[in-house]
Amino acid sequence: MSEMHKAEARTAPIDSQLETSGKSEQKTEEASLLADAWRSLRRNPWFIVSAVLLLIFLTMAVFPQLFTNTDPRECLLSRSRQDPSGEFWFGTDVQGCDYYSRVIHGARNSIAIGFIVAIGTFIVAVLLGLVAGYSGGWVDALISRITDMVFAVPYILGALVLLNALQAFQAQGVREVSFVLIIFMWPTMTRLMRGSVISVVNSDFVMAARALGAGPITIMRRHILPNSLGPVIGYATVFTGIIIGAEAVLTFLGVGLQLPAISWGLQLSDARQYLQTSPHLLLFPVIFVGLTVFAFMTMGDAVRDALDPKSKK
Amino acid sequence: MTRYIIRRLLQFVPVILISTLIVYALVFAMPGDPIRALAGDRPMSDAVRETLREQYNLDDPFFVQYAKYLWGIISAGDFGTTFNGRPVSDLIAQRLPVTATLALVTFVIQTIMGIIAGILAALYRDRFFDRFVQVATVTMVALPTLVIAFLMQLVFGLNLGLFPIAGINDGLISYILPALAMASVSTGILARLVRSELLDSLTSDYVRTATAKGMKRTRVVTRHGLRNSLIPAVTFIGADLASMMAGSIVVEAIFNLPGLGEQVYRSIQAQEGTVVVGIVTLFVIFFVLINLIVDILYGLLDPRIRYE
Repeated sequence: MSEMHKAEARTAPIDSQLETSGKSEQKTEEASLLADAWRSLRRNPWFIVSAVLLLIFLTMAVFPQLFTNTDPRECLLSRSRQDPSGEFWFGTDVQGCDYYSRVIHGARNSIAIGFIVAIGTFIVAVLLGLVAGYSGGWVDALISRITDMVFAVPYILGALVLLNALQAFQAQGVREVSFVLIIFMWPTMTRLMRGSVISVVNSDFVMAARALGAGPITIMRRHILPNSLGPVIGYATVFTGIIIGAEAVLTFLGVGLQLPAISWGLQLSDARQYLQTSPHLLLFPVIFVGLTVFAFMTMGDAVRDALDPKSKK
Repeated sequence: MTRYIIRRLLQFVPVILISTLIVYALVFAMPGDPIRALAGDRPMSDAVRETLREQYNLDDPFFVQYAKYLWGIISAGDFGTTFNGRPVSDLIAQRLPVTATLALVTFVIQTIMGIIAGILAALYRDRFFDRFVQVATVTMVALPTLVIAFLMQLVFGLNLGLFPIAGINDGLISYILPALAMASVSTGILARLVRSELLDSLTSDYVRTATAKGMKRTRVVTRHGLRNSLIPAVTFIGADLASMMAGSIVVEAIFNLPGLGEQVYRSIQAQEGTVVVGIVTLFVIFFVLINLIVDILYGLLDPRIRYE
């Protein structure tokens, strides 16, 4: 599915009714964009749900010890593939490790990759989009055509091929996987940023700034950047979710993180062989990946709706 | 219009050339000697190795290899041969029907479910069904295909035993679960899109005029409301179809469907470059062509859009 079209489609308000009722806005007419956004976010149930989930998963990624005392690498082959029980909440995996502890510890790698790629892509996209959208002419044409070319290579395919090639040099870690994902996934956000910049570049306030003698750097930094970041920030949050899903897919296909790393993707690919006999091995990492991605995507949607002045009714 | 199409086609040439070049470079710049991999543990004489290297153009400079490869496709539809001597086009012909069927079933499911859910949600705004669609679409859009696919497999395949969980031996019914998994995200987006567009047009002046004239509700909705609100949906469906090929990799791997996506994955692991490049080139051409068709269709549906 085309990421660009999804990005655009997601801009459609999730739910106009569940959002702010609009009464509070009338009371405080001079509220800033951010205060406005925060007010509408607080009333959006999707935001509350995703914020709670995100808080849990972020804590899990940073302090897994809070959730479990068991060492995920303490395994006994004699208790291989036990079903969930009072002692082992999620059962045990093939090596006889406590599965609950392994699934908890899997959060760190996924979320780390999600953040690294999102931040890296955000920097690339904002710089390229700003330059392309502001300059126009051949600079824009050059950047846009390069973006088109990378965009035409499906990212899962590109990442699959490149990661497989890199595998010959060294074992893949968080760094390599993140790097490869940035290489193939920057075009969508860059296009979004460029479009957003173009929509403000001809505004009166930009012309006014230019007429007052502001240089291109000042105009970009002071006037265009703050007015064009809204959609990109919302998308960056959604994008983090997409990345976490993509990492799970790549690892599941065998080119992402490698053992002995603890990762949801690896757990999924191991669990497949025991689908018939021990479905719990598949179920728990699937639920955790699902909830994490869900939290990021829903949060991103909510943030974008809140930051978009047009979606307020 | 014709001039616009020709110009777009010309613009696509460099896009296709360079994006396939990127993939070609990634595949054939891979370290390791594919000929040695082919020989495996058995010793191979230098003469044989030289012949094989020559046959696969491995001694030419990189860009010459790429040019020869492209020329083969353009002049004779020759996508090269696998290391077993089987033509890649043969392999593609064998596996394409599986992926095409999967894409078609997915396409039908998401179009029907997405549009109907969107229309009903808009018509019964704020009622139970509308709320239900809203919650369902947010969930569907936010869950990655991988997760949906595994959940489908666990619940409908394993627990309830309604559908086969792997392979294509049961005919069309074995495509249902993979297609549902692949359709999930797009169905959600489509339903939301149709709902908000239809709501917009139902509150517009021309719909009010039609109602005021005494036209029946169904006719107002189908002829006046829907017609204008389906334009963005068509664009989305088209763009989605274009990228479905790539989406098939994950789903085909999970459900063990012997399609193009699964073949790409397998060939990447076996370092069989010609197959990877052949299929990916096909994907890219398909992607770019569908996007062109969508753009043209957009202009036909919406008279306000003009192409110079």
